[in-house]
Amino acid sequence: MTDAPSTVLISGQRERVRRGLDRRLRAERRFRIYGVVAILLAILMLLFLAGTIVSKGYPAFYQTWIEVDVLLDEDLIAPDGKTDPETLREDGDFRGALIESLVARYKPAGREQENLLVAMFSTDAERTLQNFTIANPDRIGGTISIWVKASSDIDQLTKGAIGRNAPESGRKVKDLQLRWYDRMEKDGRIETRFNSGFFATGDSREPEQAGIWGAIVGSFLTMLVTLILAFPVGLAAAVYLEEFAPKNRLTDLIEVNINNLAAVPSIVFGLLGLAVFLNFFELPRSAPLVGGMVLALMTLPTIIISGRASLLAVPPSVREAAFGLGASRMQVVSHHVLPLAMPGILTGTIIGMARALGETAPLLMIGMVAFIVDIPGGPADASTVMPVQIYLWADSPERGFVEKTSGAVIVLLVFLVVMNASAVYLRKKFERRW
Amino acid sequence: MKHTVMFATVGALALAGAAGQAAARDQVRIVGSSTVYPFATVVAERFGKSSKFKTPVIESTGSGGGLKLFCAGLGVKTPDITNASRRIKKSEYERCTKNGIKVAEFKIGYDGIVLANSKKSGRIELSRRDIFLALAKLVPESHKDGGKLVPNPNKTWKDVNPALPNVAIKVLGPPPTSGTRDAFNELAMEGGCKTFKSLKAIKKQDKKRYKGVCRGIREDGAWVEAGENDNLIVQKLEADPNALGVFGFSFLDQNRDKVQGSIVDGVPPTFENISAQKYPVSRSLFFYVKKNHVGQIPGIREYVRAFMSRKAIGKRGYLVGKGLIPLPGAEMKNFISAGKSLPDLMM
Repeated sequence: MTDAPSTVLISGQRERVRRGLDRRLRAERRFRIYGVVAILLAILMLLFLAGTIVSKGYPAFYQTWIEVDVLLDEDLIAPDGKTDPETLREDGDFRGALIESLVARYKPAGREQENLLVAMFSTDAERTLQNFTIANPDRIGGTISIWVKASSDIDQLTKGAIGRNAPESGRKVKDLQLRWYDRMEKDGRIETRFNSGFFATGDSREPEQAGIWGAIVGSFLTMLVTLILAFPVGLAAAVYLEEFAPKNRLTDLIEVNINNLAAVPSIVFGLLGLAVFLNFFELPRSAPLVGGMVLALMTLPTIIISGRASLLAVPPSVREAAFGLGASRMQVVSHHVLPLAMPGILTGTIIGMARALGETAPLLMIGMVAFIVDIPGGPADASTVMPVQIYLWADSPERGFVEKTSGAVIVLLVFLVVMNASAVYLRKKFERRW
Repeated sequence: MKHTVMFATVGALALAGAAGQAAARDQVRIVGSSTVYPFATVVAERFGKSSKFKTPVIESTGSGGGLKLFCAGLGVKTPDITNASRRIKKSEYERCTKNGIKVAEFKIGYDGIVLANSKKSGRIELSRRDIFLALAKLVPESHKDGGKLVPNPNKTWKDVNPALPNVAIKVLGPPPTSGTRDAFNELAMEGGCKTFKSLKAIKKQDKKRYKGVCRGIREDGAWVEAGENDNLIVQKLEADPNALGVFGFSFLDQNRDKVQGSIVDGVPPTFENISAQKYPVSRSLFFYVKKNHVGQIPGIREYVRAFMSRKAIGKRGYLVGKGLIPLPGAEMKNFISAGKSLPDLMM
């Protein structure tokens, strides 16, 4: 019993330790909960963002078509009796033929109503008709059934973006058009189809005819120029700085500058491009060539920094072994160090390119933010890129462009996800641990 | 690896060489106002699809930026046409002439600037004086002509004018870089400012101060800069029925099921009223052609003709469907014939 006080002391200590432990464990649990909540919040926001974009954008991928019966009237389409493609394209009044047939079927009263009827169809309809006739000249004189694109307003009506219940004065689709629409629908003449034109045409001011292909080609050409310029230059700079350059004040200065450049706002590179490439070298405006050069400047620091980091991660033992076997410095780098560092360098390059793909600000200065219909044929043609196309559509007054904007965002996101996923894949596949 | 690097470098050099070759241009280049952009692009697209020429490339640079590029000189790297939502200034014209540029001027129609609110609440009737009193940075004390200028104390529309609803003032509008904002400041704000004789008198003494007082917009939160995107303003108005928004007529026209235009000085912003120039907050839209380039770059003359035709800018033209408000008959006739002869602009 003599040691009773000490047991009391010990149990007191134990009590304190236990309480302290509880407190520390509670703190740890709290910390974990914070982490989980933060991740949940981030996922929630991401889901919300993706959800709004997809729910707004998926209607851009399908489109309303209307079936019409058209009398291919010889007097309108081939007044001279000639049916070769050239004459049909130049002289054929396909719009007239379409309107005549529509009027005969739906019987609008007066010019005002006739305009309303014609406004239900896209201006693309006459081109569809023209192409059909050129392909089938033997059908001239007969009546054909053909599916043509509906106008954007009718398309929006089908998709529910234009409500039927608003008073007529404030509705883009008038009562009379609604009646015609319902009649067409009852006859099974209205159909929604996959919007293949969205992936085949360039920009347009008519939402139902606007496509993203021109911007995709522009982005591809721009990225190609960026890759061709930035990758070899960035690689050479990284290898030289890491493997060959002496460590002195000058190389330190260069290193600081490269790190600085990586943090420069992208618009500054655009100003540089305007001053140097456009005004001094007189390269063409709005060209993917200049866009690619500007973005290459922007991407270079990223490639150099990630390249140097991956070169540094190759263990010195690899170099020493190679030197030990009598390899020259050049051989050490090109046979051993560079192949081992390549997955890391490629990852850095792809991430840099993905950032360049989403860039608009520097392109504003060199004239790539422009309305361009023709699909660019080469890096010196006028062209725009995907993020710029999104920006331009977001700013257009027509209702139909709202879904086109989100649709283009989805396409851009798919490209970005593919690029980033391939970066992750490359790293996982070729990564070596020492 | 060495070969890859060398190959890529050679490729890059070849690419740069190819660009040097592409000096001549076979495509019309257009710059200028973002307000004219939606109309010019429609004309360009139709022109490209129906003629043998390439579709002109149109950049939206703003009126001032466009005229700066346009008057910079002659040659393929300068634009052929610039759009403007205001007339060319004397100083800009002189710069053009100094650089040997011959300019032809075309007016295509009008654009109205509207104040609009959500259809969920009632239509608002304002005067330009109300707009000024609601949004100016400094207003005369207790709204008396000649009163001392004080920071704007008005919290609700009722404070501005007892006939207006008792709702907090909240107006969403474009930022100062926008041409729409310039025109709103000049036509609506200054228009209301001028109704005070004491403020109008400042113009003679101190032009700079006059502009500051009459065009200065309050910065205490009643005016919200909502960005250049007018679609966004329409969406925000839908979410907040008490707010008003400032944007171009074509956006009102496209969103009539969601928003309504406020009546200004007793005139509702309708197509007819803007066309007849009864609606006070409206401006003219122009484009300018570099005559020296006609014949050098294919398609300029034909594009101008396609634009200056009844099919495009007439009362039943396709641009009307896009929200353009056509010129009155006689003026339109003059400009359409000018589209064929391209007369020199004299200032």
